[in-house]
Amino acid sequence: MSADAARQADDAAAVIDGVAMVFNAGSAGEVAALTGIDLTIRAGEFVTLIGPSGCGKSTLLRLIGDLLTPTVGTVSVFGKSAHEARMDQDYGMVFQHAGLFDWRRVRANIELPLELRGWSRADRSARSAEMLDLVELDGFGDHYPRQLSGGMQQRVSIARALSFEPRLLLMDEPFGALDEMTREYMQGELLRIWGETDTTVVFVTHSISEAAFLSNRVVVLSPRPGRIHSVIDIDLGERTPDTREDPEFFAMATVIREALRSVGGTE
Amino acid sequence: MALTVVAAVVLLVILWEGYRWMGRQTDNRWPGTGIELPVSTDDIIMPPAADIVGELFSDIRDGRSTLPLSVFLLKKAWFTFQEASIGFFLGSSIGLALAVLMLRWRVAERGLLPWINVSQTVPLIALAPIVVTWGRQQDLPDIVSISLISTYLTFFPVAVSALRGLQSPDAAHVELMRSYAAPWSSTLVKLRLPAARPYLFPAFKIAATLSVVGAIVGEISIGTKTGLGRAILEFAQRYAVWPERLYASVIGAAFLGLAVFGLISLVERLVLRRTGEAAV
Ligand SMILES: Nc1ncnc2c1ncn2[C@@H]1O[C@H](COP(=O)(O)OP(=O)(O)O)[C@@H](O)[C@H]1O
Ligand SMILES: [Mg+2]
Repeated sequence: MSADAARQADDAAAVIDGVAMVFNAGSAGEVAALTGIDLTIRAGEFVTLIGPSGCGKSTLLRLIGDLLTPTVGTVSVFGKSAHEARMDQDYGMVFQHAGLFDWRRVRANIELPLELRGWSRADRSARSAEMLDLVELDGFGDHYPRQLSGGMQQRVSIARALSFEPRLLLMDEPFGALDEMTREYMQGELLRIWGETDTTVVFVTHSISEAAFLSNRVVVLSPRPGRIHSVIDIDLGERTPDTREDPEFFAMATVIREALRSVGGTE
Repeated sequence: MALTVVAAVVLLVILWEGYRWMGRQTDNRWPGTGIELPVSTDDIIMPPAADIVGELFSDIRDGRSTLPLSVFLLKKAWFTFQEASIGFFLGSSIGLALAVLMLRWRVAERGLLPWINVSQTVPLIALAPIVVTWGRQQDLPDIVSISLISTYLTFFPVAVSALRGLQSPDAAHVELMRSYAAPWSSTLVKLRLPAARPYLFPAFKIAATLSVVGAIVGEISIGTKTGLGRAILEFAQRYAVWPERLYASVIGAAFLGLAVFGLISLVERLVLRRTGEAAV
């Protein structure tokens, strides 16, 4: 870890230091997915990773979550290795598809991580009720996932990830499969929830407006091999539905769009 | 399902009687040709359906009492059912355990799977006397040996299907459990086993029917005093003079097979209802 990174590590949620990722190294299918990644994510921050398809966004997210181990470099999370952070159950994860267990009721899906942490039945049901309230799905606890719309399923998946108050929430295109209206609604919900907890969020998207609306900072990645092209600070203050029509918002979206153009990305 | 069974029985009777009728019209030749029918339609090879059904209600001596053949077969079937049940539960448990073992250790999968497949090419008829002789040497009651033969047939479909079922969860689901730092055992219980259910129930149904086959073959080769296998063996020896009885006992065996199949379907329905998946 460089001296600079070490100094920042105190209030850092995640420090990615000189990371490269090569898949299938040494074989014919070798892919250099990421190279020379240095990034510090501050605690409580909402950071978005954006870039053209295949530039390594998911790979970076999975490296932070210790679902992959970097070929070169280190990832530390809350001052420990990513592996220790995963073993300490610091992560909540939400993927593009809700990934609910279809044999479990909504309530039991939300309680899954709590069961794994050995919570008592009473504590679990109290928490899942709270979570259902948070994602505005009261009354759906006894439904099965397939009885819900895609947007509702995705909210359950978010409730599941938040149920144990993870310190770091990793989200990989969680709203990618939703229609525009649901998507904007969910973005508002996510920001509300993020404001009510002190979770740090790393969010992958390839939507410019989504990145601009949600983030404190947007990390633009360029492809082949994936590297950080630029980091854009977004300062739009409190987000409301009106933010989407704010000239400031359009200005930020334009900055992101131009960065993406220069790395050869299309929206 | 009951309706399907009735329809199948009716269809079978119609085909049986239709073939008999045709054979008698043409002197056992295909209509319009001189080619002989594969099965001749005399009353020894193919007794009338009505006689077979009637035989179920005629009396038979069982020890010192006399009772209708259907009741007699029911009593024998109950005995066979017990052996088959032990075989089924033992076989399913072993099958599941093998599947979990193969899931846990890739080496086990590579080492075990070929043997599991080879095991089913050993003919039951050859295996049965070995098991029986061994059982008698160990002073085990015959029911144990018969159940073991039944076990041998049932573990196979369960092991193979369970392994596929346990390997069936989405990568995303496995990754989710990993992100929670869930231990292997929790992933097994909370993800892999529930995900395997659509693979397990069909396997259990096959295993249940096979457990009856195993028990009957076991009885025949062991020479027990009771059970459906014993009844079939006895009636087979007197087939030339009393064919209706053998057919009637075969019907008894078929019903036992159907009954265990139905029992598993019922359990499946209950389990799936509990988790809200409409039974198909
Ligand atoms: N498990 C893997 N094995 C081999 N190559 C992979 C694997 N995962 C991702 N890649 C490759 O790494 C690159 C980055 O992938 P990914 O992180 O999924 O991109 P993004 O999420 O930005 O679309 C792609 O070229 C992809 O094909
Ligand atoms: Mg991706």
